[in-house]
Amino acid sequence: MALINLANPTRFLTLAERVLPWLIAATVFAFAVGLTQALFLAPDDYQQGATVKIMFIHVPFAWLAMMCWGVMTIASLGTLIWRHPLADVAAKAAAPIGAAFTFLCLFTGSLWGRPMWGTYWVWDARLTSVLVMFIMYLGVIALWRTVDEPASAGRAAAILTLVGALNLPIIKFSVDWWNTLHQPASVLRLDGPAIHPAILVPLLSMAIAFTLLFFTLHLAAMRNEILRRRVRSLLMLQAQRASA
Amino acid sequence: MNLGPHAAFILAAYAAAIIVIGGLIAWVTLDHRAQKRLLGELDSQGVRRRSTAAVKEPA
Repeated sequence: MALINLANPTRFLTLAERVLPWLIAATVFAFAVGLTQALFLAPDDYQQGATVKIMFIHVPFAWLAMMCWGVMTIASLGTLIWRHPLADVAAKAAAPIGAAFTFLCLFTGSLWGRPMWGTYWVWDARLTSVLVMFIMYLGVIALWRTVDEPASAGRAAAILTLVGALNLPIIKFSVDWWNTLHQPASVLRLDGPAIHPAILVPLLSMAIAFTLLFFTLHLAAMRNEILRRRVRSLLMLQAQRASA
Repeated sequence: MNLGPHAAFILAAYAAAIIVIGGLIAWVTLDHRAQKRLLGELDSQGVRRRSTAAVKEPA
């Protein structure tokens, strides 16, 4: 199936129905492997002890919170430039998932910070910029709910998403640009990861599992959004027939 | 598995993850059922897309 054919929602639904069971199975398998490594095989950190287990979920949540905004940014470009019929469907479906991952990133980070830093929260650049992203996620969701007509809501949300994308490099490089309590990058570094493989491998396994979970939820949410738009257009057709 | 003196923080983090992700899965599943039910109700009332109607009611 050519990529351009996916512009047709009916063909996309057919593909989603075929792919989803495999994606669900891959996600369950990845979590079985990742959780076994993270909870039972990975050693405690020599400084942090068992609290390093929070890292196995906190870091993937942080990566996916940013990746999800990246997906929304590409979809927004698809809405504004190419007017792809599924672009705003993809952006709308991703927003609640990204908001949930960002909330979990902040919440688990706070729970990790209390025993390690002695505080649940500090207004440093990394934490504050992620909080700003969470608020922008809520803003995008609110915008979708405020405007009834999907095409108009899509364009407005796309502009807000592109503005919010400016925050992504700020989040990534905040620990380098400013003096923060949050530690600098430990995995995605030019000179290679600074984490021992015994902890890095479970972390990457969990990151793969959560990434598969994101794609599963996103595909299912896109399918739901297409069905919701069909319901909406049929209700409008029903109202037109009733008034004729 | 010994979680040490900060077990409550670790368990709370994993519990929050399970609750929120469980909520996302429930939202996606229930929303799908709701949309399918609405489409089924509209279809039973004879309100259907032109392409579907053409298949179900050939001229």
